[in-house]
Order: sequence, then C-alpha cells, then structure tokens
Amino acid sequence: MSIRDKACIVGAYEHPTRKAEDKSTAQLHAEVALGALRDAGLTRKDVDGYFCAGDAPGMGPLSMADYIGLDRLRHVDSTDVGGCSYLLHVAHAAEAIALGKCNVALITLAGRPRSEGVATGTAPRAGNPAQPDVQFEYPYGAAIANMYAMCAMRHMHEYGTTSEQLAWIKVAASHHAQHNEHAMLRKVVTVEDVLNSPLVADPLHRLDCCVISDGGGALVVTKPEIARTLKRPVVSVRGAGEAVKHTMGGTIDLTYTGARFAGARAFEEAGVKPSDIKYASIYDSFTITVLMQLEDLGFCEKGQGGRFVADGNLISGVGKLPFNTDGGGLCNNHPANRGGITKVIEAVRQLRGEAHPAVQVKNCDLALAHGTGGSLGTRHGSATLVLERE
Amino acid sequence: MSEQTPQRVPPSPTPDPSTRGFWEAAKQGKLLIGRNASTGKVHYPPRPICPFDDEGEVEYVAASGEGTIYSFSVMRAKIPYAIAYVELAEGPRMMTNIVNCDFNALRVGQKVKLTFVPSEGDGQPVPMFTPA
Repeated sequence: MSIRDKACIVGAYEHPTRKAEDKSTAQLHAEVALGALRDAGLTRKDVDGYFCAGDAPGMGPLSMADYIGLDRLRHVDSTDVGGCSYLLHVAHAAEAIALGKCNVALITLAGRPRSEGVATGTAPRAGNPAQPDVQFEYPYGAAIANMYAMCAMRHMHEYGTTSEQLAWIKVAASHHAQHNEHAMLRKVVTVEDVLNSPLVADPLHRLDCCVISDGGGALVVTKPEIARTLKRPVVSVRGAGEAVKHTMGGTIDLTYTGARFAGARAFEEAGVKPSDIKYASIYDSFTITVLMQLEDLGFCEKGQGGRFVADGNLISGVGKLPFNTDGGGLCNNHPANRGGITKVIEAVRQLRGEAHPAVQVKNCDLALAHGTGGSLGTRHGSATLVLERE
Repeated sequence: MSEQTPQRVPPSPTPDPSTRGFWEAAKQGKLLIGRNASTGKVHYPPRPICPFDDEGEVEYVAASGEGTIYSFSVMRAKIPYAIAYVELAEGPRMMTNIVNCDFNALRVGQKVKLTFVPSEGDGQPVPMFTPA
C-alpha cells in the first residue's frame, strides 16, 4: 500500500510575526491553525486529525487540542523528530487519511525563541540526564553550531568543499529573501560578506547560520474527494520518506545525512527522480545542512555539493535548482528553532503559483520538501515529501 | 598556547546506574569502551546491551588512549574550546575535547592521546585528548 495520491495539502499558513513579545506560544499555535483552515476554506469543526511536536506546550497534543478548541478529534500524532517533524506529520496524516482514520488533518508549529532570548546554536543544553547520550556529550560543550561545524570540517577534509562554496548557499537564500517583506534578513549578501562575518564554530561563520525567530505555521491535509470541493489549487502528496540516523555505537560518519534514505524512499513512492523536481525546499539550519542534503537526496553526486551550489545554481531564475524561495531559515524565518513547516509552506506556494513573482518557478508542477531534525553531528530525523500540483 | 589562556572547565557528568563503572574507571585514569564478548566488536559510549548484535554479553575494556582526530570545531565562545570526534585506535569514534593545544594548529587526522580533565563541582575526571 502506498500513500501516493491519497492525500492533498489544501491549507498552508505562515505566521507573519518574527518577534512575538506580546503573544503566547499557545496563542501562536491557535493563530496559525485558524490561518491554515481559513486558507483551505474549512473550519475547526471539520478537523478530525491533529498533529503537533515538541514545540506544542503540554502533553503531546492534549493542551493544544483543548486551547485551540478541536473537539472532534479521532486521530492524533505528536511524533517529535525535531525540526522535520512537520514533514513527517504530512506523511503520517496521509497514511491516516488513506486508512480512513481521519478526513481533515491539522498540523501546527509555533514558538518564540527570539523573544525568550534563546542562544539556540551556541549554548550547550544539559538536557534530561536519563537521555543516555547526555553524560557523554554535554561535558564537552556539544551545542548545535559546533556539531554541524564538525560535519562541515569533515566534508571539507574528504571532498575539498570550501567555505566559499558554502557561502553561495547563503547568497542564494538572500537573493530570494529580498522579495519577502516578512524576512528577517532582506539584504542581498555576497560570498565575501559571509566569509567576513565572525566565526561561530570553525569553519562556520555567523552568516552560515540560520536566523533565530518567533512565529509558526500550519498545514491542512485532507483526502482528494474533499480537496476537489475546495477553492484552492490541489497539491497532492505523491511520495514520502523518513529515516533516523545516529552515532551507531561509535561508527558515525559525519559526511552524510538521513536524507540518503528518506529521499530514496520518497522518490521511489512518487515514481520520480531528482532531475524531475522543479523546486526544492531544503532544510537550512546551516549552509552545510543544505549542501549535504542536496547530495544525499541525489541532486548531485556525493562530494560534489560544493560545485553544485556555487555560482548561483540555487537562485530562482538563475540556477538549475531553485531552492527556499522565501529566503528559508537562513534569511526568512526559523520559527521555534524548527524549520520544517515553512519548507512545506513555500513548496505549496510554488506549486500553487503563489510565490513572489520575482522567485516563482515557471510551470512548477513537481516540488520536493526535505527536513532534518535534531543534530547532524549526533542523531537526527530526516523526512522528505514529493508534492505535485494536480 | 600561552599559559594564561583560560581553559574551559567541563560541567560534571551525571552518571546513571549503568555508567557508574565508566566514571569510576575515569578516576583511575582509564577510558572504558564496550566489547561484545562473543563477536569482539567494540562500541562507544559503552552500554550493557551491544548496539550491533543480539547475541553476546558486553564487557568493559580499557582503551589504549591513542587516537586520531576524525573531525573537530573550535567554538568561538567567551572561553573558546575545541570539540572533536576522536577515532580511537580500537575503532570507535568518541565525542571529546582537544585540550592543551594550539587551536589554530589542529588538523583532521592528527594523532592525539588520552588525558583527563577535572569537571566542575566534584572534580570527576572527564576523558579528553591532547596532541600526541
């Protein structure tokens, strides 16, 4: 059994805020929920499936279901694999819909790390001592930035990848962000700007990192029979894949990601190949995240990511693979320190033809969205969606 | 590296019932890794259940303390520090810090050797590495 063409994304909403000092996290969840339902032309009374992850305050989905006022739920899923949870939720929603366990699934993400002053990438977090890896990592100052930096360092060692090549990824994102009125960083930057920004964790510079922002987003997934009765263009889930990669008892290889497996599974289910993809949303916590995932998804050979991203190849209208045309996490928004839902939202905009005209991909009928959650330097989840405009 | 350069003091690890032996051994200057008594395959961090094979009891054995830097990054914090994965001579790659070194001279593939650094509070020694 496959989820191919069993479910459609009919609602997508990105909160416009980037700093929500006067709003609660629960309020942001409720606002994006209503935003996505309004976009779909549906109401809370239509929702019988609800999906959220660790950013949702409360026990799993319970507090948010209560607060938002979802009173007809017959299927819930609060799987948390970090920032890519929401891509995985789309896949799980499609599975539930295909099995008749729910008809209208709502997925929400929201958070306010910027208002709360969270040093997202640079502060080691103690975590729960029952988590077996904490005592073997926290004493060493393992944070987010230095874990991804070690991936970059090893990738450079094995494949000759350069800081200039990584910088091109930020340059491309900034070219797109200049057209997004909500983006945190709208200034177009150059390779030199990235290289001249201070080192955060060698070899990653400040401009190799994503922004820290408040905000959120939501998606509505439903079955094709309902989708076709609504007024919005129908975006079908054609294939999905997920994977978990970890330190494997001390055999960790920092040069690849779980995208190698999640991507292959999604492409197989969709019956398409990377060269068929017209637009790609690629998780961009750091520039190196993008580079490794592009290789692992098969957009280029392993080790050739540096050459692939250079010279504007990811810029819409310029290169072969337009990516993150909203400016991505690198320039636009990384709500709740989790960029998964915005990856799906921009892919939906592209497939609907509703991206900013300056970055809209012509005849965009097939798109990919891919996310990573957790840390590429230790353990992470990966989730890939292949989406198609009907 | 000048002697005045402050060195980061690691926070103390919180052992659990399955790792008390590991941290006690560290007080004796030993780095323990897990070894499957049936297959001989070694793993890190050590745990009572072999992560690779369903069969075989895990025994804890001391690593030689020799290794090479698999990857590293210098965190540009108020007190900078070098985090690394060191590939032990026995095979496993271990997250650690490289200490008592010139951060600018660190290289992937560099040979390093085991040392122990006292942590905050109770001074529990934490296994780290320094250039060989």
